[in-house]
Amino acid sequence: MPAEFEIRGLKKVYRTGEVEVHALRGIDLDLARGELVVLLGPSGSGKSTFLNIVGGLDTASEGTVLFQGQDLTHARERDLTRYRRDNVGFVFQFYNLLPSLTALENVRLVTDIASSPLDPREALKLVRLEDRMHHFPAQLSGGEQQRVAIARAIAKRPKVLLCDEPTGALDSATGSVVLSAIARANAELGATTAVITHNASIAQMGDRVVHFADGAISRIVAVERKVAPEEISW
Amino acid sequence: MRSVLDLKLLRDLWHIRGQAFAIAVVIACGVATVVMAFGVQRSLELTRAAYYDRNGFADVFASLKRAPMSVLADVSALPGVATVDGRIVRGALLDVPGAMRPSVGRLVSLPRTEGGGLNRVTLRWGRLPRPREAGEAVASEAFAAAHGLKPGSVVSANLNGKKRKLAIVGVGLSPEYVYAIGPGLTIPDDEAFGILWLDADAMEAAFALESAFDDLALTLLRGANEQAVIEGVDRILAPYGGLGAIGREDHLSNAYLDAELEQLGTIGSLIPPIFLAVSAFLLNFVLSRLLDTEREQIGLMKSFGYSGRTIAGHYLKLVLLIAAAGALFGVLLGAWLGHAMTGLYTRFYHFPLLHYELDIVVLVGAVLAAFLVAVLGAAGALRRAMALAPAIAMRPPPPPVYRRSLTELLGLSRALSPHGRMIARHIERWPVRAGVTSLGVGASIALMVSTLFFFDAVELMIDVFYYRVQHHDASVEFTDERGPGIVHEVARLPGVLAAEAYRAAPVRLVHGSRSERTGLIGIPEDGDMRRLLDEELNSVSVPPEGIALSVTLSRRLGVGLGDTVEVRALQGRRNAASLRVAALVEEFVGETAYMEAKALDAFLGAPYAVTGARLVTDEAHLDELYAAVTEVPAIAGLTDRRRAVASFRASYAESMNIALLFYVGFAAAITVGVVYNAARISLSERARDLATLRVLGFTKVETAVILLGEFAILVCLALPLGCLFGYAIAAAMTSAFESNLFRIPLVITVTTYSNAMLVGIGAACLSALLVARRIGRLDLIAVLKTRD
Repeated sequence: MPAEFEIRGLKKVYRTGEVEVHALRGIDLDLARGELVVLLGPSGSGKSTFLNIVGGLDTASEGTVLFQGQDLTHARERDLTRYRRDNVGFVFQFYNLLPSLTALENVRLVTDIASSPLDPREALKLVRLEDRMHHFPAQLSGGEQQRVAIARAIAKRPKVLLCDEPTGALDSATGSVVLSAIARANAELGATTAVITHNASIAQMGDRVVHFADGAISRIVAVERKVAPEEISW
Repeated sequence: MRSVLDLKLLRDLWHIRGQAFAIAVVIACGVATVVMAFGVQRSLELTRAAYYDRNGFADVFASLKRAPMSVLADVSALPGVATVDGRIVRGALLDVPGAMRPSVGRLVSLPRTEGGGLNRVTLRWGRLPRPREAGEAVASEAFAAAHGLKPGSVVSANLNGKKRKLAIVGVGLSPEYVYAIGPGLTIPDDEAFGILWLDADAMEAAFALESAFDDLALTLLRGANEQAVIEGVDRILAPYGGLGAIGREDHLSNAYLDAELEQLGTIGSLIPPIFLAVSAFLLNFVLSRLLDTEREQIGLMKSFGYSGRTIAGHYLKLVLLIAAAGALFGVLLGAWLGHAMTGLYTRFYHFPLLHYELDIVVLVGAVLAAFLVAVLGAAGALRRAMALAPAIAMRPPPPPVYRRSLTELLGLSRALSPHGRMIARHIERWPVRAGVTSLGVGASIALMVSTLFFFDAVELMIDVFYYRVQHHDASVEFTDERGPGIVHEVARLPGVLAAEAYRAAPVRLVHGSRSERTGLIGIPEDGDMRRLLDEELNSVSVPPEGIALSVTLSRRLGVGLGDTVEVRALQGRRNAASLRVAALVEEFVGETAYMEAKALDAFLGAPYAVTGARLVTDEAHLDELYAAVTEVPAIAGLTDRRRAVASFRASYAESMNIALLFYVGFAAAITVGVVYNAARISLSERARDLATLRVLGFTKVETAVILLGEFAILVCLALPLGCLFGYAIAAAMTSAFESNLFRIPLVITVTTYSNAMLVGIGAACLSALLVARRIGRLDLIAVLKTRD
């Protein structure tokens, strides 16, 4: 399968005052098109920094990230915005829905600016929220809010779906529903998907598990038998 | 050692410095207006009172044809009269070497004893004329300055038909001519009009008034009945051609000062409340937002044992610091403006010494008002902070609950994009803040409208008074009543294309208990040089019978169309008649009554006479006309429309431009204060949402549109609101400024509205840009890691 991302020698150093924090110490990784990888590791291990750079939210201090052969590490801010808009779907731990828009409108927000989006109702149907589409975030449960966030992320038919602790704020049962939604999106839309978690039981839903430790990849494990999210619990 | 809370206070203040500064500026504008307007008012009032007192400014004034000095004793015997002064006051054309045009002079006899008499002249330099020296005069300071007169300069004047040379031996000031306005003029023109004080004996000899006087001034005892004295004086002077006595209230120079003082009071009480109300709301918003963001800190402090009162006191201090900064800046700005304004006043109002003094009462009042506003603004937010239980405070606030907005419930939602809905719902989620933002911007536009409209009003006043009413470009006044033949003499002067004689007579109009002394002017039925305008400013012909009154005069007398007024002539046979008010005419300046010329002659009963002539002139031969009029002994005054309009515009332009400059600044300060603060608060509340949008791939501009679109809508709503407010303030001002001297028409052009709106939009855009820059600095990663 062709590589969607080619990542070489990726380093990130944060400077706060006189202290230097090496968040990433040289990452080399290829992500195949349509692949679902789970990024596993303790907090502070660099997985979020990695995801932010891959998602065009942050820039690297050193190294290259090629997306479909296009260099993201030297892109201008405007190009990164364009990259996020056209290619990336994000799902965050705290959902980040806009409180003044209903579920459907939160999805429409993205479909309005995408080039060939799904119908927003279809996207909500994919996460099984068609009955709640006219509710405001404050009227939805945490799991429902996260499913809206997933619908919002996949509605643009992203080439890349990046999920940062999508179940971090949810209980096991709700989390599993959310993970199913992510897995379906990955399978049905063929989006290259990366899911950050520090929950090892989730790892088995991916094609590969990338272990992070202290700003570097400690090991990569190919999953032999993928587990359906519905079967996962913690 | 400074307490930790105080350190926190300073850091909090530093954190919100931009917003604090914007609010302090709005407070400063309010305080500055108070300090400026009331400060100048107090300075003017005190200076005037001291000057009047020191120089014996009279309480009652009367002109007459001629009376022997012995009559003064009769006047003196009237109950309530303190001092009486008889003198000679005459008009004359002055020929000043080097001047293009003749000036109108008023010749006033000096008291016989130095330092005696009333309305005493303060010598600025030089000396008084020598006793019985007919060839010397003291000139009014502004006139001397305008013409560059120095000791030894010589001016020529027609004294009773004889051209005399007068050497200027001194320059002086008199409380009678603080605001020296010449006949036929609407604003002081120091080049066109001046006063010359001459020796009393010399004046008597020159005007054949030996041991006689034609003008009288008197002071009253404390508690005297002015009206009774005026009636007594009129009774005594009637056989001597008395033209009707007036009190200080109707004395031209004093009346202009009164009007000015009242205007200052109006500005001082009408404008600052706008600024202070806006500041109170802004303080409320900023403090409420600060308390929201520091909610957990408040909970923490309370859990440590700080009382609600201590915490409220802490935040109150913050607000008071902002108010104090605003008050301090306002006092300094106000004092500077007051100083500048007083400097401008010395151009129009001639006092021996006029300087701006910061009055302690005004100062304390303004500063207290600023603090009061701060406390009022903070009260609600502080009460909430005090009531917050620590356990609740330490939990994050519940998320804002949005609802479908009214616009959507009304079915307008289909037209709205998600962006549009976010904007609409956010506005409706915080309606008070949105309302105040709109009202604040509206107030700023209103302030602009109510300032700029003066230009429209002045232009209309000029157009009406000088062009629509006057269809002649010059007029001459005769020294006294003349036979009708004189008009032919005037018509033959070089440069005169046409001349129309007119008669004006001093009259007293009485209606019930109200009475006004004014001029009654004759207008020939077939004449077209002087027009009458109705209240809609349409030209109307002079009514063949009855009397036409200016709108101002009719209001002062309390009469309407069809009512009857008693008209008492104050000269000639002193006839009286009850006449029907046949027309109300608008002219904005002065208060005059009109009658058809033949009807006026019939009423006055005297042989047909004229007192002046209206002229149409040939511009190419004006210089010759100017040179020729000074050779005609019968001509005492000349008014040239072109010059009068130019001087009117020049004077107004100067004072108006200064006022405009600072009102534009003040208005912009309100808009910037309101929009910047509201947008900053909105940005702080929605930083997470906006950052999320950026993460989702929205560009900075698209994200800014969501934040600032709201303000664009609020500013759009403010535009008509501001124009409406502006109209209301302008209406309040025109009615407050109305006096017997002038009436400011309430006319506001589209250009004025547009300019006011442009200033509002410009200031709003500036504030929006300041906030928009921050959207670029949003930390996209941090907001994703935090719970709302």
